Amino acid sequence: MLINDGIITPEELKCALPPEERYKKGPVAIIECLQDIPCDPCVSACPVKAIQMKEGITDKPVLDFEKCTGCGLCVPKCPGLAIFIVQKNIAPGKAAVSISYELLPIPVKDQMVTLLDRAGKEVGEGKVIRVINPPAYDKTAVVTVEVPEEKVMDVRAVRVKSGGQS
Amino acid sequence: MSRKTEVFVIGGGPAGLSAAIVAAELGAETLLVDDSAKLGGQLIKQTHRFFGSSNRDAGIRGISIASKLCKDVENLKGRLTVLKNTAAVGFYSNNEVGILSQNAYERVAYQRAIVCTGATENSLAFENNDLPGVYGAGGVQTLMNVHGIRPGHKILMVGSGNIGLIVSYQLIQAGVEVVGLVEGLPTIGGYLVHASKIRRLGVPIYTSHTILQAIGETHVEGATLSRVDERFQPVPNTEFEIKCDCICLAVGLTPLIDLFQQAHCRMVHIGELGGLVPLHDSGMKTTNPDVYVAGDASGIEEATTAILGGRIAGARAYESLHGKSEKADQIVAEAKEELKTLRSGSTGERIRWGRERVLKEVGAC
Ligand SMILES: Cc1cc2nc3c(=O)[nH]c(=O)nc-3n(C[C@H](O)[C@H](O)[C@H](O)COP(=O)(O)OP(=O)(O)OC[C@H]3O[C@@H](n4cnc5c(N)ncnc54)[C@H](O)[C@@H]3O)c2cc1C
Ligand code: SF4
Ligand code: SF4
Repeated sequence: MLINDGIITPEELKCALPPEERYKKGPVAIIECLQDIPCDPCVSACPVKAIQMKEGITDKPVLDFEKCTGCGLCVPKCPGLAIFIVQKNIAPGKAAVSISYELLPIPVKDQMVTLLDRAGKEVGEGKVIRVINPPAYDKTAVVTVEVPEEKVMDVRAVRVKSGGQS
Repeated sequence: MSRKTEVFVIGGGPAGLSAAIVAAELGAETLLVDDSAKLGGQLIKQTHRFFGSSNRDAGIRGISIASKLCKDVENLKGRLTVLKNTAAVGFYSNNEVGILSQNAYERVAYQRAIVCTGATENSLAFENNDLPGVYGAGGVQTLMNVHGIRPGHKILMVGSGNIGLIVSYQLIQAGVEVVGLVEGLPTIGGYLVHASKIRRLGVPIYTSHTILQAIGETHVEGATLSRVDERFQPVPNTEFEIKCDCICLAVGLTPLIDLFQQAHCRMVHIGELGGLVPLHDSGMKTTNPDVYVAGDASGIEEATTAILGGRIAGARAYESLHGKSEKADQIVAEAKEELKTLRSGSTGERIRWGRERVLKEVGAC
């Protein structure tokens, strides 16, 4: 359970997931922030106001999946690194996950990286398809990796072996 | 030599800087001393993005918040004097404080003092806790983020509050392996997003566990951990060893309060706020009417709340000298509103409870 070991269980995650049909419309954010904490940069980061907090800053963020365009602007603004962009079916059997990345070296496009799940367990290898790291992101790069479709809800971190840029 | 000032701020962390900025902006002649070489207090070690509300710097790294406050200080040069590497060492009865810099001792005659000395780190009793390689989390952060020195190669973290979680993450960023995080309680104390962040980078989190001893002759070579029961007693036959060359203790902070005791401020023990704190009213005035408090010294909280408390103290100290001011009132009203939202919700419950107790006790005396 999340509160005992830091790992969100599939059961706990349910409330943060969009309905299955939403994935057909393209990328969407998944906000894995399930505790009432005094934090809200995600709310102001979203250009289409898809993220809301009903009870104010200490409430959990709630995402309007229909409004969300999957643009990813909220991802690097979250101090909890808790927002991921998921895009299913980018090619047969393939999906993409975008993840905040604050370690060195930063991977580069087309590099192969180790895929890790919420417990830090290796679940395979994946190709980096995009790295966004502009000054406005203030050193939080957003790395998008290609993952096997069935692993898209498991992969939440990557390990870069060597190479990349420092 | 001696100095004179209207408002004397002790401590240049977020609370002290904010108090000094507001007092000087409103028009008070202000002096600030800090015992370190660089202003910003805890903030200069915080390389992570901050929590809090986005209209008060959340999402920005702590170190950048410090730079912003220092710029404001710079802009107030005429009215605000800053002495770095200068410690306030004692309060005297005639509204004087002794200050010690590297080569001089002076006295400051003040009309109002705002004491924002922050907090000290707690330690933990276990066998061999004096072995080289056992550090406090603050020390690890200073080595790593201020001086660029790696404290070890394999670190065991003790304590799952936000500090333990965040310092673990910063250690991973510095290329150090965090071999595990130990917590006596059955649940993680800090924000779960911080816990998940280190967990998915492979750090095991051992809740309901404690450290029994550090292993090693001349320096740390490992640690013995064990499961604990509901009464924090080690469960026999659950001991195991973990290899590490460094043990980092992040087991809480205690307000730094000796100056208040010297200034004859009445103190009260409130566990929720980290221990003994000076009684103070909602304007941050202690029971000594010339002495104010803000930041972690008034109860362990956060940088955002330290800034707001500092602003209130600065405004009220100014008013107590120069009379009612609309601008000061506005600063206080805004800060109080923000504090209320920040302390709302279930994570703010303990703090709210502790703060209410302070106000109740001060009302009673
Ligand atoms: C690892 C870590 C992560 C944190 N993350 C966050 C976060 O994400 N968001 C958040 O809001 N807060 C965070 N905080 C908390 C925040 O840093 C503190 O609450 C805040 O710095 C307290 O401010 P302060 O001004 O009261 O004290 P401090 O920042 O401790 O400053 C006190 C200053 O006073 C000086 N001083 C002390 N005694 C004397 C004396 N006698 N004479 C002269 N100078 C003196 C000290 O040297 C210091 O510079 C974090 C803290 C830590 C350790
Ligand atoms: S991905 Fe874009 S549209 Fe969706 S919540 Fe984040 S910022 Fe808003
Ligand atoms: S910014 Fe991130 S951690 Fe903060 S409330 Fe939003 S999702 Fe949660």
